[in-house]
Amino acid sequence: MSPMLQGILTIIIGVGGCLAYFYGSNLILDRVIFPPRTNDQGRNIRRATMVRPWLFLLPAILALGLYLVYPVIGSFIRSLYDRSGDSFVGLGNYIDMIGEPGFRTAVFNNFLWILFVPAASTFFGLLVAQLTDRLRWGSIAKSLIFMPMAISFVGASLIWKFVYAGDPDIGIINAIGAYFGAEPVDPLQIPFWNNFFIMIIMVWMQTGFAMVILSAALRGIPEETIEAAIIDGANPFQLFFKIKVPQIAGTIGVVWTTITFLTLKVFDIVYTMTGGNFETDILPSYMMDYMFRDDGRATAVAFVIMLIVTPVMIYNIRQARREL
Amino acid sequence: MDNLAGQKTSLSIVTNLAVIFLVVIWMIPTVGLLVSSFRERAQISETGWWESLFPVEAAVRVRPSAAGAGMDGAYGVLTGNLFEGGTGSVSAFGLIGREPGAAKVGETYAWYEVTVTEDGALDDERIEIAYPAGEEPQFPDTTADGLPITPGSGVLQRSLTVAENGDFTYIDEGEISRDPSIYVVTTQPPDFGLQNYQQILTSDGMDRAFINTLTVTVPATVIPILIAAFAAYALAWMEFPGKGWLVAAVVGLLVVPLQLALVPMLTLHNKIGIGQSFLGIWMAHTGFGLPLAVYLLRNYMIGLPRDIIESAKVDGATDFQVFTKIVLPLSFPALASFAIFQFLWTWNDLLVAKVFLPAGSDSWVMTVKIADDLLGSRGGDWGILAAAAFVSIAVPLLVFFFMQKYLVRGLLAGSVK
Repeated sequence: MSPMLQGILTIIIGVGGCLAYFYGSNLILDRVIFPPRTNDQGRNIRRATMVRPWLFLLPAILALGLYLVYPVIGSFIRSLYDRSGDSFVGLGNYIDMIGEPGFRTAVFNNFLWILFVPAASTFFGLLVAQLTDRLRWGSIAKSLIFMPMAISFVGASLIWKFVYAGDPDIGIINAIGAYFGAEPVDPLQIPFWNNFFIMIIMVWMQTGFAMVILSAALRGIPEETIEAAIIDGANPFQLFFKIKVPQIAGTIGVVWTTITFLTLKVFDIVYTMTGGNFETDILPSYMMDYMFRDDGRATAVAFVIMLIVTPVMIYNIRQARREL
Repeated sequence: MDNLAGQKTSLSIVTNLAVIFLVVIWMIPTVGLLVSSFRERAQISETGWWESLFPVEAAVRVRPSAAGAGMDGAYGVLTGNLFEGGTGSVSAFGLIGREPGAAKVGETYAWYEVTVTEDGALDDERIEIAYPAGEEPQFPDTTADGLPITPGSGVLQRSLTVAENGDFTYIDEGEISRDPSIYVVTTQPPDFGLQNYQQILTSDGMDRAFINTLTVTVPATVIPILIAAFAAYALAWMEFPGKGWLVAAVVGLLVVPLQLALVPMLTLHNKIGIGQSFLGIWMAHTGFGLPLAVYLLRNYMIGLPRDIIESAKVDGATDFQVFTKIVLPLSFPALASFAIFQFLWTWNDLLVAKVFLPAGSDSWVMTVKIADDLLGSRGGDWGILAAAAFVSIAVPLLVFFFMQKYLVRGLLAGSVK
């Protein structure tokens, strides 16, 4: 069966099955298990009301439990076993890993990524949001800067590989270099700085996101505060840094953390640009070096990523509990 | 007041310029690759895409067939057209690859054997000269190394005359039995077309990858929406113990790196017989997409007016009816937002496809095809790579430009509280 047909069938079975489940289970609950037409009418309706939310939630809880909760535990347990999965090695995988220069490079680069990418994206996002705020063609400009968000990491990497191409007749960076008399270079092979050339791709893609959110936040600032500042003689820069930025500091924080999370998960860019060579590995791409070869090591790397995320996860849960 | 107004205009000019500058910087990479995807592949490596609207000068080697060669005295003569039915214009030509443009069009380029005086002794040496076609050759007084040439000693070895339209006359000592090598610097007009797209979609298998991507994406977008919508309704409008904890759990799961799921879930899929398959990737994408779906939809649904839902319940509607008849239609914007997110995410995904789909080329999606196949086998062939990239990003870009409103709304709902 062709995958296409299989896909159509899956949609029909999946969607039909979901609908049948929700409709059928509710029907059974109301008609068969707790029919309201017996002597205990009130009690039965109450019971049905108690059960119903769980019918609504069941598929979601199953899928979430299986694909996101179980793996946290499953990965941790797997990371305590060796490559074959047969013998228990305790923290052996972690200890081996820490002793390896490749892992240390990946951790170091990963910290570069989570320092630089969110900072640069938020900075450019805020800059564009402020500059386009009162511009007549602002929405077109924003749309164009937002566009890279729709492109896949692989596509974006290809686009930038073309920019960085070593031949001055192909890559625009080297063409500009050649115009000023520089020798052609491959930016992806310059140690240390190549990390930044790769990070630029992520900044290019995430600036649009930051811009959209911050632009809405800037619009949400009460007019009176701005008017009062203008009347008091604030110049545009004071207006921006002393009046606007403090009022959207919370949103800036949200944008910053959201991009940080994304950055921690991105494996595609490094994989496409250098395959982790020239000391550009980060944890997600380092993990994929071991995927399919040494599951013990791969899960250990994944768990390290989880550990980095955990503090913010706990903070987010606390916030959510407070808002309820 | 005048002063203030003046300041304002200069500031607005600066703002406009700054935004133009940023937009241009942001667009250049994409535009470059887009332009290149339409260019003829030989031209891509000759000139940068920023010069693509100008004619391309390229040095090529042509080997006209020696079949039509005749004799003129002791010399073999071959005439013909270098383009053989094609078009183009020659600006320069030559007989050695090191100097493909040794003579300009309209000249005759010739090799002569001359007698030179070196250290008082006579010697034979070859000189290369170019002179206006149809005229007598003009010999220099000395060779390139500065040795004096004996006047009148030149004996023709080989000569070539090429006209702008590619007509040439090639003369060689003795009979011409092998195809001669002629180097020409041609000027070709810009050549744009769909050849690259045609090639990757017919012979390079991108068509198959496109269908695979579509096959992964559609069920992986539709199914989580349905499951999430019911769950979101329960979390927004139904009362039950432990609700708060469930909402918190969803928020927590939002940030769980999906890397954690790769090994355990693939192991599980293999154990229960799903293995690496389309069914497996649909399930995986459903699981990974759910936290955001539930979170976005619940946030939206909880903002719906309480009166409508409560009055429907008072009128005897069951939760199931309230959900399907009232909440679901009203939640359309949030559903659309999430659908776009999930669509873009699954369409653009590389990691999940690499792990949960079979490794064979039959089930490659476009991202895998580009990253694992084309970048390796077609490394420097930018025409092919560019076209492949734009085949893979065309659909997301269309979705982006036509549904931007919902995308923005979803982003705002997802991150600003």
